[in-house]
Amino acid sequence: MSVIYVLLAISICVALVFFVAFVLSVKKGQYDDAYTPSVRMLFEDELVETTSEKNNQSKSQTK
Amino acid sequence: MIFVIGMKQMSVDKACYHCGDACSGNTVLFAEKEFCCNGCKTVYEIFTTNDLSYYYDIEKAAGKTPEENLDKFDYLENAAIVSKLLEFDEEGVQVVHLNIPHIHCSSCIWVLENLKRLHQDVKSSQVDFPKKKVRITYSSKNLSLKELVVLLARIGYEPHISLEDYSKKNNAVNRGLIYKLGVAGFAFGNVMLFSFPEYFEVEEFWLEQYKHVFRWLMFAFSLPVVFYAARDYFIMAYKVLRSRLLNIDVPIALGILTLFLRSTVDILFDLGSGFFDSLTGLVFFLLVGRFFQQKTYGFLSFERDFKSYFPIAVTKLNGDKEEDSIQVYEVKAGDRLLIRNQEILPVDSVLISGSAQIDYSFVTGESQVVFKSSGDKLFAGGKQKGGVLEVEALKSVSQSYLTQLWSNAAFSKNKVSQFQTITDRIGKRFTIAVLTIAFLAAAFWLVVDASKAMNVFTAVLIIACPCAIALAAPFTLGNILRIFGKHQFYLKDTNTIERLAQVEMALFDKTGTLTSATENTIFYEGMELTEQEVSLLKNTLRASNHPLSRSLYGILKSQEIETLDAFEEETGKGVQGRVDEHSIKAGSANFIGQKVDSRSLDTSVHVSADDNYKGRFVFKNKYRDGVSKLFEQMAGGYTLAVISGDNEGEKNTLEELVPFGTPLLFNQKPEDKLYFVKELQSKNKVLMVGDGLNDAGALAQSDVGIAISENINVFSPACDAILDASKLTQLGNFLKLSKQSIKVIKISFLLSLCYNVIGLYFAVTGQLKPVIAAILMPLSSISIVVFTTLASNYLGRKLRSQKER
Repeated sequence: MSVIYVLLAISICVALVFFVAFVLSVKKGQYDDAYTPSVRMLFEDELVETTSEKNNQSKSQTK
Repeated sequence: MIFVIGMKQMSVDKACYHCGDACSGNTVLFAEKEFCCNGCKTVYEIFTTNDLSYYYDIEKAAGKTPEENLDKFDYLENAAIVSKLLEFDEEGVQVVHLNIPHIHCSSCIWVLENLKRLHQDVKSSQVDFPKKKVRITYSSKNLSLKELVVLLARIGYEPHISLEDYSKKNNAVNRGLIYKLGVAGFAFGNVMLFSFPEYFEVEEFWLEQYKHVFRWLMFAFSLPVVFYAARDYFIMAYKVLRSRLLNIDVPIALGILTLFLRSTVDILFDLGSGFFDSLTGLVFFLLVGRFFQQKTYGFLSFERDFKSYFPIAVTKLNGDKEEDSIQVYEVKAGDRLLIRNQEILPVDSVLISGSAQIDYSFVTGESQVVFKSSGDKLFAGGKQKGGVLEVEALKSVSQSYLTQLWSNAAFSKNKVSQFQTITDRIGKRFTIAVLTIAFLAAAFWLVVDASKAMNVFTAVLIIACPCAIALAAPFTLGNILRIFGKHQFYLKDTNTIERLAQVEMALFDKTGTLTSATENTIFYEGMELTEQEVSLLKNTLRASNHPLSRSLYGILKSQEIETLDAFEEETGKGVQGRVDEHSIKAGSANFIGQKVDSRSLDTSVHVSADDNYKGRFVFKNKYRDGVSKLFEQMAGGYTLAVISGDNEGEKNTLEELVPFGTPLLFNQKPEDKLYFVKELQSKNKVLMVGDGLNDAGALAQSDVGIAISENINVFSPACDAILDASKLTQLGNFLKLSKQSIKVIKISFLLSLCYNVIGLYFAVTGQLKPVIAAILMPLSSISIVVFTTLASNYLGRKLRSQKER
């Protein structure tokens, strides 16, 4: 039954890993601004779209 | 801000593709799109040529007309000022944090984060939307801070740089509470798991073998909770006790301490499993309550003083007319200063040359410009709108008429620490009651069974720990705070709600608070104008950008568009136009050649046709809709008064609006307002509603100071709450809701007392087992949280339906 010591050690280690991850994320400022990243996430690949759009626009202008 | 007049007529016109404002008069057509002015068109051009046209797809018409006057950033050439503003400056890389009030939608985030496409030397930019700030990293070799700021201003995102940024350098964010919450939550979860086995299988063989391991693990997890997460409660309890008072922190600290010591003794002598799960749970719930209460509006500041309005630097003229940019604190009496268009006067001064059109809206809330001629005295806080001025400083910054108000003691007092919250008041009685019961029960058991005395004594302290009571106020008030926020009533903290509920008297400022700063009523007095003259006047005004011209243009009913044969505008004086034989002049009395009537203090535009004086258009502030209704509603429960810095010109109009007998005070200086509030406070709790910097003293002195703001993004003076001007009529309902929320708290106090009575039964009879505490503590806390949240949401919904009615 001494396996319980091993299990306890493992479970606490896993828990500590998550705790440290939490502390680090707070330290990096992830909780300071909870809104902007949610918007920024949606913008990641807009560059391609805008170039094509610009082309469309310049075409329509030349018409 | 003034040209809202005539909006109804304008709405027929097309809205500007860039900024969404109505295009009046000078519509600019470009790329099949309509723009209200060249500025907006230029921004559109910049965006489209730099692959940024997606800006217009995210949000429609999100832009802002860019500022034309970019000279005002000249002070950013001064290295000493720049180095103070920069966050980081090394090896050609500079980092700056800029406050941009215009940030308001996802388009703004997108374009600002793509700033590098507008200038190759911008390395990266990151927007903090709630705080309306952008952090820009750029290479300083080819791009100076001034160029960067000008670039932002050119696309309509003009940063607001003020003395406040300059003098304050503590950017450190306080994340203490989040860490503590994390520690307590982590420990609570683990301790709960470790404590379960003993609750279920008490006599089991293997459990007997290993229970000590579990117990000591729980002990280890509770150490950081007691010594780190709960630290503030001990510190506060110590402070309160030292000042010979009692509040809610005392029984909480006592409860935590007893829980920890009793549990440690229990496991040390193998008396039981201890109360570690209750201990960590208690601290966790308390911290959640505090976290919930701490709703902050990052983009608002409740601490602003004149520093946030004033510029960092001004242009000083040296002896040989040489211009020199100096910091405003270095301005001495006698210095010659150059004030450009849109610059704010930092000191009281005398006008030497130039045509002064001063907008004192920061100071008084009155946005109509005041005309001054050389030799006149100008007060600090006024904003020049027009040409360049040369002035001579009369005083230094801190000694000016307006700024010396801040040396008053009212600005250094702390309203929160002086106020005893409802929780603290109940906490006092509660502590006394709990200690009495604990000692009586212990004394009883000393006689009956001395071995149980200590057990009962600690059990009473543990079970009576007022977790539920301490949670009632944070959750109710925190929720009400959010409900207020949804209705554009932004409070500094939850403490303000409690103070609001106690208010007995309400004072209102007039200009900018009861009257609208953006809308005017215009009426004409004098000889009637013929149709032809009206048409000529309208066409003449069309070419002028002066706010008064724009307002007047909006109300004149004439559809013909004529081409003028001659047009001339003298900045700050007036306009004149000619068609065929007829000429028209509109502007100040001097410009028309009319003698100024010294009694008349109104803003007016005089008109003459073919050099014959016709009459004048008088601009008057319009009272906000529903003001009289608000006064009627509040008159029942509160003593009301109006206090204004203006002359008595509006007395008769105002008397009709307010209930009969309401005191109306005029000609009150900023200090007068402050002392008036102070005098009233000897008898009543005073609510002050104001808007300008001249109300700042009264707002600071009053029990609750509410600043009215037309646009919450622009700055309002230091206060306890900021109310959007359109919601002023709701004020009565807000006050009612704050009173109701106190009732909710009182009911939840009763509810949690019931739980305490049940718990005390177990404690006093010596039957308190860890499992009972482990059930009772979370049960009471959660039921209080549920009750207060539901109750305050219900009350908040009533507020919404009242609005719709």
